[in-house]
Amino acid sequence: MNQTLLQLDGLSKSYPGVIANDHVSFKIGSGEIHALLGENGAGKSTLVKMIYGLVRPDTGRMQLGGQSFAPSEPRAARAAGIAMVFQHFSLFEALSVAENIALGMEKPPKSSALSMQITKVSHTYGLPLDPERLVGDLSAGERQRVEIIRCLLQDPKLLIMDEPTSVLTPQEVTTLFTTLRKLKSEGTSILYISHKLEEIRTLCETATILRNGKKVATCDPRENSARQLAEMMVGATLNYAKARTVKLGEVILKASNLSLPPQSAFGTSLKNISFQLHKGEVLGIGGVAGNGQDELLACLSGEVLTSPNAIQLNGNNVGHLTPNLRRALGILAAPEERLGHAAAPDMDLTENSMLTAMVRKKLSSAGFLNWKQAREFAQRVIDEFDVRTPGPQSVARSLSGGNLQKFVIGREVLQDPNVLIVNQPTWGVDAAAAAAIRQSLLDLASKGAAVIVISQDLDELMEISTRFAALNTGKLSEIQSMAKFSLDEIGLLLGGADAAG
Amino acid sequence: MDLSAISPTLLVASLMVASTPILLASIGELVVEKSGVLNLGVEGMMITGAICGFAAAVLTGSPMIGFVCAALGGATISLVFAVLTQYFLSNQVATGLALTLFGLGLSAMLGQSYVGIKPPTTYKLDLPLISDVPILGPILFSHDFTVYAALALVLGVWWFLKYTRRGLILRAVGESHDAAHALGYKVVRVRVLAIMFGGACAGLGGAALSLVRVPQWTEGMTAGSGWIALAIVVFASWKPERILLGAYLFGGVAVLQLNLQAAGVSIPVEYLSMSPYLITIIVLVAMSANRAKSALNAPAALGRVFHASR
Repeated sequence: MNQTLLQLDGLSKSYPGVIANDHVSFKIGSGEIHALLGENGAGKSTLVKMIYGLVRPDTGRMQLGGQSFAPSEPRAARAAGIAMVFQHFSLFEALSVAENIALGMEKPPKSSALSMQITKVSHTYGLPLDPERLVGDLSAGERQRVEIIRCLLQDPKLLIMDEPTSVLTPQEVTTLFTTLRKLKSEGTSILYISHKLEEIRTLCETATILRNGKKVATCDPRENSARQLAEMMVGATLNYAKARTVKLGEVILKASNLSLPPQSAFGTSLKNISFQLHKGEVLGIGGVAGNGQDELLACLSGEVLTSPNAIQLNGNNVGHLTPNLRRALGILAAPEERLGHAAAPDMDLTENSMLTAMVRKKLSSAGFLNWKQAREFAQRVIDEFDVRTPGPQSVARSLSGGNLQKFVIGREVLQDPNVLIVNQPTWGVDAAAAAAIRQSLLDLASKGAAVIVISQDLDELMEISTRFAALNTGKLSEIQSMAKFSLDEIGLLLGGADAAG
Repeated sequence: MDLSAISPTLLVASLMVASTPILLASIGELVVEKSGVLNLGVEGMMITGAICGFAAAVLTGSPMIGFVCAALGGATISLVFAVLTQYFLSNQVATGLALTLFGLGLSAMLGQSYVGIKPPTTYKLDLPLISDVPILGPILFSHDFTVYAALALVLGVWWFLKYTRRGLILRAVGESHDAAHALGYKVVRVRVLAIMFGGACAGLGGAALSLVRVPQWTEGMTAGSGWIALAIVVFASWKPERILLGAYLFGGVAVLQLNLQAAGVSIPVEYLSMSPYLITIIVLVAMSANRAKSALNAPAALGRVFHASR
């Protein structure tokens, strides 16, 4: 290892009630790809924000290139040669690629010169991009390119990447890794934040693992198995969802030629989606966000109405039924966005239970609500799904993302659905909770219900799906048994190629 | 009824004067909304500017000082809104409505001793020969200087938003305050400055009303112009060049109905005087019928409260 670029020394940061970082120290060398590993809430984001000048540490020091470094704002960090690619893209949809990039630079050149620079850098690093396009029209992978090029134009010494691959197809991940290795060979250091262990093992030579705000270890990820790394992250032994053999039951839900025009300026249309869902199966629908996932869920749950025969339950038309009528028939859904879509943020868990379970659990009679039963139901969800909260009287907003997700999924699972549709069931949930959620979906299917899991997480889909299809630009690929696919084939499907074989 | 008494030349010339107050107010509100803030207090800021400008012009005898004070007055009262919404994170809709009520009350109090006074006249362009050219002369070269100032301001705002870096930052803040914050831009500072610019413009619009268009002071004299200015921003789909179109359309209908009244058209006067508002509503409905298209230009963070910790 050559000389140290950035040295962190005893960094601590606490927020009311939480210690986000507790005396974290480690070093990043020049030209090193350094992984920062940890569960959600382990303090990765806070640590990175301190390096990038968004948050000030309570105690501790940083040294950059041997000199004391204490950025008071991102501008200072950028001036010192630190660039960051954000997890939730920090892009402006209604502005063009060039305008977005200009906003991330200290002294942008004239727009024509900038466009030339963008084209040049994008070709050098194999990231083709048209500077004049609106960001709102770009795919997730292209948006990330915008962020990366924005960083590269500033010749950074250290590039911070926060969960860069969570929205990419496997092919896009390969392209990204090629770019990152090229950067490394030019002497740029990279701080790579992720919880995808296999990626880290292929890409990084050093890994620092955080747990509950404390550094657990710094090690060489290539010398440890993914399982060892995961257990260091979680601090306990992990249980994976048990594989099962499935015999497809009779068809319960059928979609035929389901189409939907785009619902907003940057929305996706659904094009002739047809599939049959069998009892007892988990149908995995993969695809990069923004390819019609939200729209598909809305059509199936009844948020958006379609022609009656586009969706059939046991041979009866249900496409024209509103969500509560579908719930009565046993079609339940849990949308992706936890706060504001799946749950009302300022209502407590009892009220949130009432909102979706009223019909199926008969929580009302003659127009009056039975709050006692609703509370008992909420308590049952909390107990059975290990939701960590003081009780059903807590408002949804006060729960952490993972706990609320467990509640939202549990609330639907415990209503004994015939068909359950979930979108991104474990997004942003820590490994242990994710495993529990996946197991509950499998258990539900084993009891004879049909489950549709829409997800961007391929590992998740490979783990639990019986059959698999990809959703790309609003079109659904042919459904095939999961066992037939390799990761590469799935990647091609997600990228829009027709069913491979 | 004698429609031939309506001269198209004079109609265009007078609609330019009639539109100037709302043109000024709406170009200011456009900048505010482009930064992601919905300030419904335009009416209150306009009338505060109207009385501040009027009083200063009467006291000093200089209309110029009147306009400066109108801008200062409008900016000052908008600062109340800025502090409440940007630092105390109050609801923008409720605060804007309160600002309107506050401005109406405050102006009535300040204006008690100015009712019935005539203000000093403002500078009017009058070039020998050129101003006397038929048709073009009255339309282009013989207006009060506020008409030209308003047009220059629209041009300036268009140029600022399209070509300058500060304009880009302002649009970025209105598009996504979280992303702008993550890049290290001062969201609150940008918004406070935009709100004050909007207040100053509304104040100028009010003074154009009380010093040029009417010209005198009466309580509540803005009579809904501020609301029309807000509607014109939506009508213009947040584009400066279309603000001009919207303001002149509204001003044109307003002037036309006066002319029709004078010509003795046999429609009740009430219908004629409601027509500019009616037409504005119809145009707005027609515009928003195509939701996907009209939403495209709306600043995505419009009206959302920004808090740095999230």
